[in-house]
Amino acid sequence: MTALLEARRLTKVYGGGLFNKSKALVALDDLSLAIEDAPPTITAVVGESGSGKTTFKRLLLGLSEPTTGEVLYRGVDLRRLDRDQRRQFLRDVQAIFQDPDEVYNPFYKIDHVLQAPVANFGLASSKAQALALIEQALVSVGLRPEETLGRYPYQLSGGQRQRIMVARSLIMSPRLIIADEPVSMVDASLRATIIDTLRDLNRRLGISIIYISHDLTTAYQLSENIVVLYRGGVAEAGAIDRVVQQPEHPYTRLLIGAVPLPDPKRPWGHVENVVEETEKVRAERKGCLFANRCPHRMPMCDEARPPQFQTAPHHVTACYLYRESSATTSTTLQQNFVDRSNLAPS
Amino acid sequence: MNQSILQVRDLRVYYHTNDGAVKAANGVTFDLRIGERLGLVGESGSGKSTIAMALMRLIKPPGKIEGGQVLLDGVSLLDLPEEKMRQMRLKEIALVAQGAMNSLNPVMRVRPQIECALRDHDVKLSSIALSDRINELLDMVGLRRNVADLYPHELSGGMKQRVCIAIAICLRPKVIIADEPTSALDVVVQRQVMETLKTLGKALGASIILIGHDMGLMAQAVDRIGVMYAGDLVETGSVAEVFADPIHPYTKLLIASLPTLERKEAARGIPGLAPSLRNRPVRCPFQPRCPVAIDRCQTEEPILREARPMREVACHLYSSESSRVMEAS
Repeated sequence: MTALLEARRLTKVYGGGLFNKSKALVALDDLSLAIEDAPPTITAVVGESGSGKTTFKRLLLGLSEPTTGEVLYRGVDLRRLDRDQRRQFLRDVQAIFQDPDEVYNPFYKIDHVLQAPVANFGLASSKAQALALIEQALVSVGLRPEETLGRYPYQLSGGQRQRIMVARSLIMSPRLIIADEPVSMVDASLRATIIDTLRDLNRRLGISIIYISHDLTTAYQLSENIVVLYRGGVAEAGAIDRVVQQPEHPYTRLLIGAVPLPDPKRPWGHVENVVEETEKVRAERKGCLFANRCPHRMPMCDEARPPQFQTAPHHVTACYLYRESSATTSTTLQQNFVDRSNLAPS
Repeated sequence: MNQSILQVRDLRVYYHTNDGAVKAANGVTFDLRIGERLGLVGESGSGKSTIAMALMRLIKPPGKIEGGQVLLDGVSLLDLPEEKMRQMRLKEIALVAQGAMNSLNPVMRVRPQIECALRDHDVKLSSIALSDRINELLDMVGLRRNVADLYPHELSGGMKQRVCIAIAICLRPKVIIADEPTSALDVVVQRQVMETLKTLGKALGASIILIGHDMGLMAQAVDRIGVMYAGDLVETGSVAEVFADPIHPYTKLLIASLPTLERKEAARGIPGLAPSLRNRPVRCPFQPRCPVAIDRCQTEEPILREARPMREVACHLYSSESSRVMEAS
């Protein structure tokens, strides 16, 4: 079966050029991941700024072209979609962006962002039908249409505005939503409602979600599987329950250790001061990209990039600490993912 | 330890709009003790940043400080002439503003930006002493010394934020206000910046006011916490006690809304919306969202009062008459 959306050996290099290879920045390095049409999945892509999260999103949406590799929509390269396929792609794959304030034009009522897709894609034959479609989408994200329509963006909270963006994507009846940091600009107290909304869409409407974030806690609450990116490469991937409870890559451990526990009795403890390196040094690094921050650095770490080791059926880690495990035979990451049917019902 | 460095009494800041005054700080009262880290936490629009700006006397029209008192080490900041106040800023009370890292001048190296702050406050040093001072400041915030000769675009977000902290502490202020200093940073960098602030506060003997919306971060970073809702402080207390036993229903919900890595469960958001700060009705501002509201909440606004030793709360359920009822239930 062809996947709904598949990243095949995706690499993106910014800058550089023929004569100046040292200035090139590898934003994403050889990432392969496929999202099937069914069953619906939720996959988290987690990493710090500069890890390639946003590059990955832009490539998946066809907003920028990969340097090598390809993104396939139902088996066809995004760059070679014909007109009808492209229209279908624009409906099937929806994006939710980080900042719910930048999406809105403050002079328009919020109805505008909801009506535009209906009009552009001819989704309704009458005004009444369009309204019904919009109201249904709003109800799906837990908003009351009569309290939402006709208002201006400033009259709504950040959480409501972000949910309207989710509603907008629902109007297109998508198969996949790519959510890039949907909660980072939203108050901590409202994050839970956005996460609930996304989870509900996945369960009830069968929409797959790629959840891109630097926040491990919300990713853990929402997803089944996780890809941890570090400087464009996959550090660790697999079933999220396992990765969070038994993190292997030192970077993942660092990430988990940095999550502030909401409990003053269990303090963070001491943190080592990381020596941050400039882009130039980073570009010239041959070995593991994390080596300079790694507490377990070994000589071999500076010589070559570690391959992905299969440490458990649903867990791969790109770190020489696990070199006793065999290198993974999987060609794409989702082969290491768990199926929801294997999970205890939540 | 119990001596106050900063006393804020009944601080009122209104933003005057065509539709009436928006009461962003509606009579806020608190003390900051010497060497203490105080967290002010609340949702967007609860008045946290307004208080930070008011303490620095940086409120701009249509905003206006309508009343109250701010005593810094006995000096009433709101009564100072503007030039005196300018000298107080940075020297006695410094602000790391929200998104401060984007306030660095992009066409200037870091060194002259720090020098600028010193010069502006009439610090006269020989060039060698000045250079030593800058090196010392960079050491304190955990940056390498060569950072002084880099441009902001060559630094990562966390490094830029630390440069801003270095500028904020260059005159050894008694009070440092950090307004969401890590909201644009990753968790790892966030933790490092918070640690930097913590050690600095200790090294300088400065008191810190940390402003933010993330209760999890507060739990790790401050000694005492003040929870704000709709321009009012609704609960204060030591961070350990507030987390162990939150009193105000809003605080309880805030803590319950935090997702963790330990339990995989649907964390609950707080339903409803923060009220408009314009034309506030006389009632508890949290009443429409409160799961345990009583009749009295609709007709009378609770005031912040001591509920237990060192704990203050603004909630009718904990005022003197009903305290017995609560204990019984």
